[in-house]
Amino acid sequence: METYGLHQYPGKLFVVEGVDGSGKSTQIALLRQWLVSEGYTVFFSEWNSSPLVKKTTRRGKKKQMLTPTTFSLIHATDFADRTEHDIIPPLKAGAIVLADRYIYTAFARDVARNVDRQWVRELYQFAVQPTRAFYFRVPLDISLGRILSNRSELKYYEAGMDLELHSNPRESFGLFQKRIVAEYEKMIAEYNLTVMDATLPIPEQQRMMRQLVAPHLEGIRRFRQLIPGTELEHIAHRADIVHSTSHSQ
Amino acid sequence: MTALDFYGIDAIGLQRREEVLPGRLIALEGTDGVGRSTQIRLLRPWLESLGYAVVDSEMTRSELAGSGLKEAKEGNTLGTITLNLFYAADFVDRFEHQILPALRAGFIVLADRYIYSLMARALVRGADPQWLRSIYGLALKPDAIFYLRVELEDLVPRVLQKHGFDYWESGMDMRLGEDLFESFVRYQKLMLNEYDKMSKHYHFQVFDAGRSSEEIAVQLKQAIQPLLPNG
Repeated sequence: METYGLHQYPGKLFVVEGVDGSGKSTQIALLRQWLVSEGYTVFFSEWNSSPLVKKTTRRGKKKQMLTPTTFSLIHATDFADRTEHDIIPPLKAGAIVLADRYIYTAFARDVARNVDRQWVRELYQFAVQPTRAFYFRVPLDISLGRILSNRSELKYYEAGMDLELHSNPRESFGLFQKRIVAEYEKMIAEYNLTVMDATLPIPEQQRMMRQLVAPHLEGIRRFRQLIPGTELEHIAHRADIVHSTSHSQ
Repeated sequence: MTALDFYGIDAIGLQRREEVLPGRLIALEGTDGVGRSTQIRLLRPWLESLGYAVVDSEMTRSELAGSGLKEAKEGNTLGTITLNLFYAADFVDRFEHQILPALRAGFIVLADRYIYSLMARALVRGADPQWLRSIYGLALKPDAIFYLRVELEDLVPRVLQKHGFDYWESGMDMRLGEDLFESFVRYQKLMLNEYDKMSKHYHFQVFDAGRSSEEIAVQLKQAIQPLLPNG
């Protein structure tokens, strides 16, 4: 089993992180558009999206039977399925993988739930280290305003009600988010996150993001046309061949 | 009293909460078809007749992940890391919702497999040992670990008599052999080897599973007796 920092793949992995309402999903969607229009093969992967684990997560949340530890483990299982299906194979194939939320979401949320900081980091040892991870920093009152103004109801775990911080879900959500932000801030140095000012106009953030992504695209092939069958076989046999072949336009 | 003693980080925070666990935690380990559940069937009424309340807890039967895990194993998209974590989620749900409450209430917990089987099956599939030890480090050290040890030659007829070779018990996902039998033999050899390695490291009490179940039960009772609150 390869562990964090040891994977060597020809593809690139970019991730966006931040609290709900930070605008990160908008930014990664725009980045995706741009990369696709530039002719790159882009694979998009979202947090909490494994079809295998979905039922179990839903069941645990609906019945409110998740403890901080099982909440953490079930999300790690979901993430493992994504890693094994959506992240590692495309990276081996030389594609660009974009992830909306990554392991840092788990670290922030789980530690906010009092799960041991080191334990949860070791749990995610199998994760691939991103090429670059963007953290969208936003003042709490802005992100809370964005979420609370267009949401009539907050879900139990989403609001952190299991922590019993406050009996009112909206108040609880605010207190929970505050803890999450504190964890993100600590991770900036620990994981070398790229901090983005999420209060800037959307096009400006996107321009900066593209500038930061562009240098990593050197040598990444663009798949404008269908790949000949023989070449696909090569890729299957030796993933690293993508490195040495010339760009096909 | 089960001590608040762990192999790794107490991630659930039992020490922080100063938990008192008047029960006893007894883990029964051994590979597939070795007769663990038969022993639990024999031990339970004996303990109850002595006046002890008993809870038995079986792997992959957690309320949270039991059915999801079963379903995932029936499909064809399950990766090894995902499966290992699914098992861990199942274990921790069982640990927090069955084992801990029972220990708090003074029950004798008979765990039909504990973390060791889960680690063995993950290790033979190439999981990082350090990673596994870290995840399962949150588990309480049992008051006793009984390992029902079987020789491969004895295991084959037992399994055939029971339900035949099963896909997962034969490690077919590892592509070790041409057919179920070949794969079973190679897979179980690897598993038994892992158990033997763990036996020393985790201080298993080893019992010869080749004996009759009545004989084994007598030996297990002798080993359990001194652990009991009024033993």
